[in-house]
Amino acid sequence: MSGAHTRTLAGLRDDIARIEANGPSGMLGRTALGHAEADAVLQGGLARGALHEVFAEGRHSAAAAGFIAGLAHRVSADRPLLWVRQDFAAVECGALSMSGWRELGLDPRRLVMVHAPDVESALRTTADALACDALGAVVMEIWGETRLLDLVASRRLTLAARASGVTALLLRVAAAPLSSTAETRWTVRPARSPPRPEWQAWGAPVLETQLVRNRHGLTGHWFMEWKCDECLFRDVSFHRGATHPQSVAAAPADRPDHPRVVALSRAG
Amino acid sequence: MSRSAAPADSQSTSARTGTSPRIVVAKQSNVLVITALDDAAARVGLAIGQPLANARAICPGIEVFDADETADAKTLNGIADWCDRFTPLVALDPPHGLLLDITGCTHLFGGEAALMKSLCGTLARQGFDVSAAIASTPACARALTRHVHGCIVAPGEEAEAVAPLPVFTLGADDAITRGLRRAGLKTIGDVAARGRHEIAARFGSAFTALLEQVLGQGDAPINPRKPLPDYIVEKRFAEPIATDGTIAMTLASLARMLIATMEKQGKGARQLEASFFRTDGAVRVIAVQTGRPVTKGEIIDRLFRERLDALADPLDPGFGFDLVRLSAVRTEFVVQEQRDLDAHVRDNDEIAALIDRIAARIGSHRVGVHLPLDTHTPERAVLSLPAQQHLVAAMLAEWPSRTEDEPPLRPLRMFARPEPIKVALAEVPDKPPRRFTWRQAIHTVVRAEGPERIAMEWWKTQAMMPTRDYFRVEDETGLRFWLYRDGLYDEAVDENDLDTEPKWFVHGLFA
Repeated sequence: MSGAHTRTLAGLRDDIARIEANGPSGMLGRTALGHAEADAVLQGGLARGALHEVFAEGRHSAAAAGFIAGLAHRVSADRPLLWVRQDFAAVECGALSMSGWRELGLDPRRLVMVHAPDVESALRTTADALACDALGAVVMEIWGETRLLDLVASRRLTLAARASGVTALLLRVAAAPLSSTAETRWTVRPARSPPRPEWQAWGAPVLETQLVRNRHGLTGHWFMEWKCDECLFRDVSFHRGATHPQSVAAAPADRPDHPRVVALSRAG
Repeated sequence: MSRSAAPADSQSTSARTGTSPRIVVAKQSNVLVITALDDAAARVGLAIGQPLANARAICPGIEVFDADETADAKTLNGIADWCDRFTPLVALDPPHGLLLDITGCTHLFGGEAALMKSLCGTLARQGFDVSAAIASTPACARALTRHVHGCIVAPGEEAEAVAPLPVFTLGADDAITRGLRRAGLKTIGDVAARGRHEIAARFGSAFTALLEQVLGQGDAPINPRKPLPDYIVEKRFAEPIATDGTIAMTLASLARMLIATMEKQGKGARQLEASFFRTDGAVRVIAVQTGRPVTKGEIIDRLFRERLDALADPLDPGFGFDLVRLSAVRTEFVVQEQRDLDAHVRDNDEIAALIDRIAARIGSHRVGVHLPLDTHTPERAVLSLPAQQHLVAAMLAEWPSRTEDEPPLRPLRMFARPEPIKVALAEVPDKPPRRFTWRQAIHTVVRAEGPERIAMEWWKTQAMMPTRDYFRVEDETGLRFWLYRDGLYDEAVDENDLDTEPKWFVHGLFA
């Protein structure tokens, strides 16, 4: 092989090494969720400075919003949080209530809310905000299917998040997943409270979370509880056994691939 | 000493040859009277204030137009906008006058005479009939414009200048003008020659004050349309600019100039306005606000670029802008902080800058922070305020702490308007429903807790709001609702009428 070829090859190897060093697995910090199994699958926790998608199963987004609020709290580590929501999402699913936010053990003082009139401005605001490294995380909440959130848009968000180290969290309601460059993709729905006597405290956020996509590891399916006092996720053991009437044991493969939600036509 | 220029724009257009006289009429005390007329109409002997019937009798061929006061006011405002190029202090003098405080501005336009010539010339080319005067007091200038066009009165010579003017130019009430005439006082000079106490005794002290102002002995300030900006920088172009690139470059260099001026006095801008003066007289003003004083030209430049990008009706250069002005409407002293050592300060600056940028693009009201309010009414417990103004207050707010070991007692998602639900299964009084229909789906309640009784704040609202009983319920799929019943059970159900049912609502959803 001639000297020129060797040099070219060496140059290409360098390029690849550099790309890989910049890759998500190479340099991203991770934050543990608190749920041991999930953390193990995620190789230490949720990657910071990356894009994560959370899809709400069904029409209601309260459980998914609670999950994403927990994730945002975990990754942002006392830094401010920007929540960009599309106006229609607040009409359809209810607006984020700061009293409820406080009740989850989160701090309303660190939340800045952006009411974007449409998906386009929400996307632009999010991309802009991801460049600001003083933030801990940016949450974008979008209702319904949209063509704007394509591979190009998610690539843009991923790159912006990687450059600044700010975590991008995308909350989708009433939408089917499209191809994206997200680090992880979750599907979340509410789960029933543990069977306890009526007079005992019930109603803590118990979520059925399904990690349907993980770029650097396995997927999984867990029941998690958000501990409002400790501000972390914990395993809910009772959902495993046969005691629970729901078909918990269903493997992810048995599920319909895309939980389709047909939008109701609204009057007016 | 203030120098005031008062161009009075007659609403009638200048005389056209070969057309019939034109008049504008409006209804005054149930009679149509002339409010404006052109030269041709004046020549045939018509005058402002005559009834339309008399006018038709004098000259049957007149063209009559209805007065449109709104359009007149709009035109006057447009002209006032345009006059901003001469001085920032422009006041309206309705119905068709403008007062400009040109103190200290004249040298920019080559002196008082040149300024007046340029102003009147442009207006005349647009078809306005202009009469202007420059004097030391607005009242004096106004009196002069009513008589003759183009007077420039040197300071101290007001009394001589106005002496030969007829008394109606004072602009006093008709009754006073008539009274002066009856007393044989035909000119302002005649009135001024009388003793002040005589005038005051006959016509009141307000008239005496007006007379003194006209004579240049007392001054009254004008009432400018806009407050005077703290700092102004501007660029004039001999050749109008129209392309986006040039406009952006102009704004960038103006921003640098503005910052350089403000820096010397330790000021930063909180509110900025860019005014674009089009060659055809139209003026477009674009404003941006910032959360904290801005001291960098690049930030101003970037905010304006965001704002210009997001405009619903984009900047229309038409035939080009011949003047672009950047003014700092509101400024504040900049508190110098130790930036390099304290990362926290830098972070807060970054976030404030981000909020400014977002607000410039989608509006200040769309970026919010939250403050707690001391009330039991759930929908009023949190106040959402614009982040630009209240970021610091929100970061220091004291929120009520949650109870340990309790599940969340307030829902994460709350509906702005509680949504009514149909309770299908009759329930025991004071108990939550067993099954209900919400958004066309049936939910069976598995667990419930309550009631949490919340009385509405009757001391704040006029209308009597019923007490609400709130319940936390969970359905068979794990959805956790926050339901309430409007009114106490006994109040809601009439014993004698079995059809009445208590009203139930979903107010929120728990995570």
